[in-house]
Amino acid sequence: MFQEAPSFWQNGPAPGSFYNFPNTTFNQLQNSASDAFKHSQSPVTTATSIVALVYDAGVIIAGDILGSYGSLARYRNCSRVLKVNNNIILGAGGDYGDFQYVKALLNQKIIDEECLDDGLKLKPKSLHCWLTRIMYNRRSKFDPFWNNFVVGGLQDGVPFLGTVDKLGTAYEDKIICTGYGAHIVTPMIRAALDKNPNINKAEAKALVLKAMEVLYYRDARSYPKFEIATLDQDGVEIAGPIDVSQNWEIAHFVR
Amino acid sequence: MFRNQYDSDVTVWSPQGRLHQVEYAMEAVNQGSATVGLKSQTHAVLIALKRASSELSAYQKKVINVDDHVGITISGLTADARILSRYMRTECLNYKYSHDTYLPLNRLISQLGNKMQICTQRYDRRPYGVGLLVAGYDDQGAHIFQTCPSANFYDCKAMSIGSRSQSARTYLEKHLDEFKNASLEEIIKHGLRALRDTLPPENDLNNKNVSIGYVGKGQSFKILNENEISSFLTLITGEERRGAAASASDQPPAARDDPSGDEGPRDPVPAVAMDTE
Amino acid sequence: MHSVMDSRPFFEDYSVKPMQRQFSPYADNGGSIIAISGNDFVVIGADTRLSSGYSIYTRDQNKLFKLSDTTVLGCSGCWCDTLSLTRILNARMQMYEQEHNKKMSTPACAQMLSTMLYYKRFFPYYISNILVGLDSEGKGCVYSYDPIGHTERSSYRAGGSAGALLQPLLDNQVGMKNMQNVQNEPLTIERAVGILKDTFISAAERDIYTGDSIKINVITKDGIKEDTFELRKD
Repeated sequence: MFQEAPSFWQNGPAPGSFYNFPNTTFNQLQNSASDAFKHSQSPVTTATSIVALVYDAGVIIAGDILGSYGSLARYRNCSRVLKVNNNIILGAGGDYGDFQYVKALLNQKIIDEECLDDGLKLKPKSLHCWLTRIMYNRRSKFDPFWNNFVVGGLQDGVPFLGTVDKLGTAYEDKIICTGYGAHIVTPMIRAALDKNPNINKAEAKALVLKAMEVLYYRDARSYPKFEIATLDQDGVEIAGPIDVSQNWEIAHFVR
Repeated sequence: MFRNQYDSDVTVWSPQGRLHQVEYAMEAVNQGSATVGLKSQTHAVLIALKRASSELSAYQKKVINVDDHVGITISGLTADARILSRYMRTECLNYKYSHDTYLPLNRLISQLGNKMQICTQRYDRRPYGVGLLVAGYDDQGAHIFQTCPSANFYDCKAMSIGSRSQSARTYLEKHLDEFKNASLEEIIKHGLRALRDTLPPENDLNNKNVSIGYVGKGQSFKILNENEISSFLTLITGEERRGAAASASDQPPAARDDPSGDEGPRDPVPAVAMDTE
Repeated sequence: MHSVMDSRPFFEDYSVKPMQRQFSPYADNGGSIIAISGNDFVVIGADTRLSSGYSIYTRDQNKLFKLSDTTVLGCSGCWCDTLSLTRILNARMQMYEQEHNKKMSTPACAQMLSTMLYYKRFFPYYISNILVGLDSEGKGCVYSYDPIGHTERSSYRAGGSAGALLQPLLDNQVGMKNMQNVQNEPLTIERAVGILKDTFISAAERDIYTGDSIKINVITKDGIKEDTFELRKD
């Protein structure tokens, strides 16, 4: 019925010991019952959605360049779409540090294969599978890379688009959006592609531009600058940073 | 039966810069029965002559499947070949597991070469006493590779190893230009003729002592059964055999890269091994 | 966690406490499998929807894995586990063939799968597996599993997100349970495929994790015939 009064030494140091500030790492470590190793369980600096789709001759991947620190828009030039080689492009969302680590692993792999000097280049399906194994291995150690990867490429001339998440869940599709975009722009792009299944590069770019605009209006962790990578027979092109065309006049109509 | 004082161990150099133990291992390949590998633009074919160690035993297996796109034939110590083929199978499986595609041939061969090389540089090892012909098909087309106990490997258009294989090589060299655009049937016939040239005149190929394996575009590595071999053998029966015995005698039996063959120059024995004082 | 006394709504981003996101190594990606066997055939079907919560990842995901010319495995549940399990299975099938110089039989596959699942008893593959094929006598067989390797041979089985929904339907239509005055005629391929399609249509009505379309494999001694069938996509 009555709340019990706090004990006299509540939160205070036991006689002879130091004061424990609440909610500090130090505090948690000291109170932990075992010496069990604690793995990283949550992302820190994060990037939001990736939007990607297949058009008639190739693939397109877009992502903004914001690195968020919680709700703080902390780093405003974090590129996260990149060229892997002449027939692979890669986009990443989630923890930016984990992404940089995986990128380093990937770069080392590319260098190792280059050193064999046999003229063979990694193919998108192989990279996709390799990322699946990396991500699954880490999730099995309860120490996941907190990322969503989107692999785009030309596999022997045929457009390829696949994704891997932090568990190693992987699939291929013509449309892949991760993070907030999976909820808010996938339906829009699916509808557009249902209407016109064989869109060309210009149409695909316009569609992605629209998607980034919608995301900027609705995703609080997004940013009005983004990069677009495209890949087709003409090669890889990474454009950007591109500005989202903003029109806040419509805000007055939203009541 | 020491040939000289520098062959006590693989790690011992001769003053001529040779490793005698490694060269002896190369000889093991020449003791094995002959095997032929050749390729066209679309197919790589392996043909081997099988031996039975006695009347009571079965013919020794000569063609081994490694993966859907790779197969090998062996000449030399079969037991060593088993270890190597197991290694190659594992490498192919691991690559397929992590990359969802077949291990490219040249990568497989260079990994194998690196494994074999270790045994030529350590005192507690011995070189693998087996030579392989590796047939494979990948993005870069059909391949025939030859590997040696010395851990050397060669990318070949056609090759033959094993006893009396010089006759087969002579045949292959003579008909090299015909291979490139040959059909699968033609290329197998060429292989059978090359292999037949290694036989003394009183012997001939039959479906028991021949083994055929091939791989190619849209064709995973396949080892033929006795009936299928018979149908290929009938295609070359009745053809006049070139003087097999003659060509075997006028050619040195040693492999072309092996200077320690019986006809090859012997190591000069130095008067003083090494001036130590 | 905000305290019970605090009546203000809780916004994670504005919490003063450190944000903790729980990591779970498993995901439920849904999907249903149905297998029905006959005297000299077996049919297996799986829907092609891959989803997570309310999102559909893709509408075109094959969940049937051909292990040999007479054996097919259907998987649903945690997709990342499915990918890993089937990759290892394929490698094990090849190793068996090379070591024994013969293809693995369906009962042998079934036993190996059980062993492989139990090997991960304390960190299981979260998959509902149904393995089908022809046994040594050429009879159709269906093996179903729990995530840690318990296995059972039966003549028909439904598994996955709508498994509990569909099994009673199969009991009635294939097992002829609670039917009166019916003759138990041997099942034909046409009837089995018909029941399978109807069963999936029922599942798609009630289970949000089942839909889009189904892939069907019909296994006979002549090989595996593939077929697809559209389901509702909402």
